[in-house]
Amino acid sequence: MMFIRYAAYRLLTMVLTLIVVSMLIFVIINLPPGDYLSNQIAELRATGQAEGVAKAEFLRKEYALDRPLYQQYLIWVGVIPGPQGFSGLLQGDFGWSFEFDAPVAEIVGDALWLTVLVNLAAVLFVYLVALPLGVLAAARSATWVDYTTAFIGYLGLATPNFLLALILFYYGHKYLGLPIGGLMAPEYEGEPMSLGKVQSILVHLIVPTFVIGTSGAAGMMQRLRANMLDELSKPYVETAMAKGLAPSRLLTKYPLRMAFNPFVADIGNLLPAMVSGSVLVSVVLGLQTIGPALLTALKSQDQFLAAFVLMFVALLTLIGTMISDLLLVLLDPRIRYGAREG
Amino acid sequence: MAPLLDVRDLSIGFGTAPPVVAGVNFSVSAGETLALVGESGSGKTLTCRSILRILPGTAQLRRGVIEFGTGASRTDLLKLSNRDIRDIRGDRISMIFQEPMRSLSPLHRIGNQVAEVLTLHRNMSAAEAKKDVLATFERVGFADAERAFRAYPFEMSGGMRQRAMIAMAMVAKPDLLIADEPTTALDVTTQAQVLGLMKDLQRDTGMAMILVTHDLGVVANMADSVVVMNKGHVMESGPAAAVLGAPGHGYTKKLFAAAPMIPDVATPAAPVEQDDLILELNKVCKTYTVRAGGWRATKQVHACRDVSLKLPRGKTLAVVGESGSGKTTCARIALGAENPDEGSEVLFRPTPGAEPVCINQLSRAQKVAFQKQAQMVFQDPYSSLSPRMRVQEALTEPMEIHRIGDRIARRDKAAEMLRWVGLNPDMLKRYPHAFSGGQRQRLSIARALTLDPVLLVCDEPTSALDVSVQEQILILLERIQEGMGLSYLFISHDLAVVARIADEVAVMRQGVVVEQAPPETLFYNPRHPYTKALIAAQPEPDVTRPIDLAQVARGAGSPSDWPDMFRFDGLNAPDLIQIEPGHKVRCHV
Repeated sequence: MMFIRYAAYRLLTMVLTLIVVSMLIFVIINLPPGDYLSNQIAELRATGQAEGVAKAEFLRKEYALDRPLYQQYLIWVGVIPGPQGFSGLLQGDFGWSFEFDAPVAEIVGDALWLTVLVNLAAVLFVYLVALPLGVLAAARSATWVDYTTAFIGYLGLATPNFLLALILFYYGHKYLGLPIGGLMAPEYEGEPMSLGKVQSILVHLIVPTFVIGTSGAAGMMQRLRANMLDELSKPYVETAMAKGLAPSRLLTKYPLRMAFNPFVADIGNLLPAMVSGSVLVSVVLGLQTIGPALLTALKSQDQFLAAFVLMFVALLTLIGTMISDLLLVLLDPRIRYGAREG
Repeated sequence: MAPLLDVRDLSIGFGTAPPVVAGVNFSVSAGETLALVGESGSGKTLTCRSILRILPGTAQLRRGVIEFGTGASRTDLLKLSNRDIRDIRGDRISMIFQEPMRSLSPLHRIGNQVAEVLTLHRNMSAAEAKKDVLATFERVGFADAERAFRAYPFEMSGGMRQRAMIAMAMVAKPDLLIADEPTTALDVTTQAQVLGLMKDLQRDTGMAMILVTHDLGVVANMADSVVVMNKGHVMESGPAAAVLGAPGHGYTKKLFAAAPMIPDVATPAAPVEQDDLILELNKVCKTYTVRAGGWRATKQVHACRDVSLKLPRGKTLAVVGESGSGKTTCARIALGAENPDEGSEVLFRPTPGAEPVCINQLSRAQKVAFQKQAQMVFQDPYSSLSPRMRVQEALTEPMEIHRIGDRIARRDKAAEMLRWVGLNPDMLKRYPHAFSGGQRQRLSIARALTLDPVLLVCDEPTSALDVSVQEQILILLERIQEGMGLSYLFISHDLAVVARIADEVAVMRQGVVVEQAPPETLFYNPRHPYTKALIAAQPEPDVTRPIDLAQVARGAGSPSDWPDMFRFDGLNAPDLIQIEPGHKVRCHV
């Protein structure tokens, strides 16, 4: 009961945060002077192409870029009517991309869920790798196990992702026959979902997951190891030893539970770091995620596309923090009953 | 008959260094209590942990035999495989640790942690284990065993947690219980009750007990035989009555001399002169509003209520009470670190006859001047000195902040203060980690003195120290008071420490002063049941004078259970009444 109330409260704050974030994003994108169309108009004028200017002027009106910023924002969100009536985020209309000359929804469409997929796979990879290795490194601290995992970890942290990507592509293809680039074989692009397409995507996911997740996993592993070492010297571990618990059971029941808190709390940070961190990787690997789209949009001041992608990343972050907050409440009675303590 | 546990020629060391426990011998029989006595660094904790082989990873068991058990099952614990020693741990030998606050996992319910012993060693189902655990909880004094079973450690007080630890150690009915300073972290009245409980349980089950402690008073109350350790060696051992009655070894005698005791007083003291007050607290109240989180209603906590204290110049006023009694809040208010509620008044007179300043209404400039005149010595010398600052930096920093003197003058002052506290000025270049606990507390005192204060607030300055060091610090504080004419506001939970240094004592309970008098008067004629309980709970190193548990129980309980004359009705306490000159008691007339 308490948990449901807390979840509802968290959801409410999340919505409020999202509103504030949307304002910030819109303002920041509009901070540089001019917009995509005014830039284009200036360029067309300079090269003397009058008919282009008319079209651009029309688009400026059509997308309300001639109005004051706050009105543009409200129209974009969809709380006041624009030139085409109510048509904003709330109505499911994400706007027009000037750069690609197409609706934003169409451009990001597939990329959106592929982004989620790639990053979920990477997060999963991070946790599956970091959890056992971190615990093992702490339990066997100052032995070869510890040193080996630390060495691999530092390699993972220090190798630039794109380099790792190229190396893995080369050897993956040479010895394992893994495909190079993209998130699916070209023949499935734009096709409806089928068993073959799923298979193709999964095979293509292997290298990107590894590349995007490695540095995260290395960092997470080191943090978990440090936390575990802290916990292992706490008196309650001695109490458990004096009870006669076997080492493996002791390790997982007591110190790991304690060291788990920061581990869980990291989910929120991990998601945005990966989305933004994977932009470069996506470009190098030719992944059809929204990373490359974001890069282009920001460069050319394609404001609706950029704003939408940023909103999407913000949403992922907020969902991540919310998940980790809710998990923490479930995991840690001190947070759950925190109020009773006073 | 062979003893239950026989430790012979035990040596433990680290690395290539000489052993830190060297050639230790002792034995314990069933139903008997052995006390391992010594100060920090004596090796007593390592010795008792080696029995269960719960030692730091770098410790080496170099030599020795630890035989345990009766008849055919008798084995050398040091030769058992890791698997076999695990079967002994918690089942036949169990252990209680010093810090009940940290010795239980904060994330698991108490019941789960205690029942684990049974599911582990007895192959019991969860339901069977729970039945046994509830019975044990009732035995160790939980009023609502079911509730305790479901509770998390942070929902319990220190005394309750230690009871839970005892329940965990007792639930499998072990042959031997090892208790490593089980009551050191507890209030004195709680300590008395926990010790009483351990003794009762031992009588019920006939188990043997090894009690590790630094407190000779605890030894006298509990032990049948005593082993005194110093620097890894056994100094003296024998039956408790013999060792405590006529200590043979010089080290034991030294421990005795240092043990703080409540003196026997023949006559009450004259009331303290109150004409030149340096500090005056008038009807000070402090209420904290605790937000219960989210949108729940807020709660009012009364940290202290209607506290009136007067500290004459050059004297020592001690505030005594258990944790949560409001004594530290009073000290913080006296220092202006915390603002009291509306209607409270804190007056400070820097020089005799000066116009008093009201500490809670100071201007910025006045506040800076006041901070120079009133300094604080903290409880924990290990965490109150920055490990990254040299002694010289730590000692000159206050003068830099107040822009006193130049670099040379500051350094000379720091050196002078080191001499005052009995340290060598050569030590200015060292870092705090190079000093022992007692030396660090001397450094803290030196730092407080660098600004030439007139008032020193000491917040439990000796409670983190060994008894012999505690003695030295108290002597130092007395010497400084005489030499510099300082006034002390001394916060403590220990009546025996206060007995030797204070001119007047205020005993606090639940935010109010319940009794106030010079220490001699207080010990000669204690009137309040809580004061009586505090005095009774003080363990004395004399086997013929055990703790009077009934007396402790009468006063240490809830104020609503006190005798009619003293009873609180909810928040309504009776008035503080002067019953003889200089002796006030909170009671109904």
